[in-house]
Amino acid sequence: MDPAPGVYVGVANALAAVMLLLEFGMLRQALVRDQVRLYAAQSALISVLAVVIAADRGLPDLYALAALSGALKIVAVPYVLRRLLPGHHGRRVPGWLSPQEEHPGPWQPRDEPPGVAGSYTLSPASAVLASIALGAFGFFCLGSLHMGGLTVPTTALAIAGAMIFVAFGLMIIRRDVVSQAIGFFSLENAISLTALVMAAGLPLILETAFLFDLLVAVVVFGMLIRAHHGSAGSLSTADLTRLKG
Amino acid sequence: MLAAILVIPLVAAVAAALLPARRVPAVTIAAALACLGLVIALVPDAAHGAPVEASYLRADAVSVIFLLATAFLYAIVAVYAVGYLRAEHGDDARYARRFHALFNLFAASMLAAPLMSSLALLWIAVEVTTVVSALLVALEGTDSAAEAAWKYVMVASAGLGLALLATIFLYYAGAQVLGEHFNLAITALITAGPRLPHAPVLLAFLLATLGYGTKAGLVPVHTWLPDAHSEAATPVSALLSGALLATSFYAITRCYEVAAATLGSGIPRDALLAFGVASLLLASLYVLGQRDVKRLLAYSSVEHMGILAIGVSFGSPVALAGVLLHVMAHAAAKGGAFMGAGVFRVKYHAKEVSAMRGGLQILPWSGPLFLMTVFALSALPPSGIFRSEFQIVAGGLASGQHAAAAVLVAGVTVAFFGLTTSATQVLMTRPARSLGAAAAVERGEPSAWLVVPMLVCVAVLVLLGVHPPGELSDLIARGAAQLGGRP
Repeated sequence: MDPAPGVYVGVANALAAVMLLLEFGMLRQALVRDQVRLYAAQSALISVLAVVIAADRGLPDLYALAALSGALKIVAVPYVLRRLLPGHHGRRVPGWLSPQEEHPGPWQPRDEPPGVAGSYTLSPASAVLASIALGAFGFFCLGSLHMGGLTVPTTALAIAGAMIFVAFGLMIIRRDVVSQAIGFFSLENAISLTALVMAAGLPLILETAFLFDLLVAVVVFGMLIRAHHGSAGSLSTADLTRLKG
Repeated sequence: MLAAILVIPLVAAVAAALLPARRVPAVTIAAALACLGLVIALVPDAAHGAPVEASYLRADAVSVIFLLATAFLYAIVAVYAVGYLRAEHGDDARYARRFHALFNLFAASMLAAPLMSSLALLWIAVEVTTVVSALLVALEGTDSAAEAAWKYVMVASAGLGLALLATIFLYYAGAQVLGEHFNLAITALITAGPRLPHAPVLLAFLLATLGYGTKAGLVPVHTWLPDAHSEAATPVSALLSGALLATSFYAITRCYEVAAATLGSGIPRDALLAFGVASLLLASLYVLGQRDVKRLLAYSSVEHMGILAIGVSFGSPVALAGVLLHVMAHAAAKGGAFMGAGVFRVKYHAKEVSAMRGGLQILPWSGPLFLMTVFALSALPPSGIFRSEFQIVAGGLASGQHAAAAVLVAGVTVAFFGLTTSATQVLMTRPARSLGAAAAVERGEPSAWLVVPMLVCVAVLVLLGVHPPGELSDLIARGAAQLGGRP
């Protein structure tokens, strides 16, 4: 890494690091509502980073991208997710809590989608440790490639690598449909971060198409979450064991 | 003309959502036949002239071959769906409208992928195929279908996330040579291939093979495939297996072209060979012990995708021509076989091999036709698959890959045992009478709508095997030259 990073590189790296922290937040979050909020916050940082890169590199297209990405990922996607998530009536849905959490504390508000607190395959502490290991692996993997040159601050790219691995970890470790979907969306955020630092000049029309595609995916994920909730009576994926062999 | 191939199914999808249910099948069939006609009209230009281009759309020899496979299955399955929906869902107007709307959308997205001139748009088209087909799987409304749809959408989307990452690395590599405003056009990348930086292209190719390989069903990232294929409605299974897997494989071949232009053929071929051999061997073993007819056919699809990957890894012109022929022949054979399995399901109300007995006696047309498609899948002559696999093995031997060619022959033989054992149990046993009168199944075909499409599939298979039309042979030869790096 450069001995004295400039303001632009410093800001880009700091934003990427906060995004990675938010990724860990999603991994640990017990309430669907908060997971969606963390996702929105992470998406907001993507937009801020796009503005920073646009200002530094003189790429006016990126302002439009920042606005579009913000409208979609901070407003539309969380809205669609909240609308499509089942359980708006505060009904306790059996089967998705682990035995030790059968009696949720007062933090579980009514009229919210059911929480996903007990959906770990590992204990929460091991989950975080495993994710740190995954993230470190991703960090050094992408960092060791030394791809620089265009708009790339190498550290931000390495952090994007860590985010990708932690997002996969989130999808694997949490056994509920909402966490898995959020894991996928944050994987998409990690790839957006990679795209921003590696491919800032990507034509706007392609970026727009990617974002539109994300919206379609969110709607379909939401519908499938509803379908799953309808057939399994819970958000847990632990019972998805009918199809084998 | 290229735009029409995309617009027609989209219009049909909208029409299916709005029109009265009884008119919807006719709209789908008309749209599918129109698409097939348009794609066939592309063949002479793609075989002899310059590639057809229109802004972001482009059709060359390789893409037209994949388009032919998809458009053929779209048309044939549209006809089959009429009979299947009547038999399985009666006159459920809501289901029929939803099914046809999604079905046409699915076809549009699969036809879009090979037509895209840019790798970014190709990725988007493949992602759209995922979400639309996951909805088609979930449309069945059973618990198993919901489970299959969720696994499918999660696994495939995660895989496509890697493919998107690959696309970004390719942009990064391309932008260093072609400037920042380069739009990931495939031809520009291939032309600039020798000047691209190696590390990002290599990383991109491996990520793309893993990512698109998830959708194409390559082992070890095939896990969604048997679930989705077995739980979807049979017309959807036929399209998933014959067309969707090929579409995803098309994306791999495009990335292979770029990687081979940059890195030489060594590493890309080795990677494809590893995926191919793993898919072929594991899938043929799964075929051997399978009890559910549709899962059996699904694993056979994994096996055939493995054969395609091995064929590309051989890299000789004969093998590449075999690969392209295999794409079309597999579409016809697997489409026909799934449609046959659908007839059995309609007749016996079951999916398990053990529940079906006396197929040849009870189904005088579908029974023999199903048997023929199973023989075709096992690469018996005179089917097109025999010709294509023969070419692939010959190409492998010609390029000195004796061990891989031997593995291919062994894997295909194991799958042959698995497929024919199950087919024999279904077809060549005595009809089950001992379970009482209620369980006895009447002799006779459920509907001509179900038989005619299978008949067409078998006819196409024989045609491809015995004497492929001259234009088609030219198209395949040109496509093989293109894949081999000699446009």
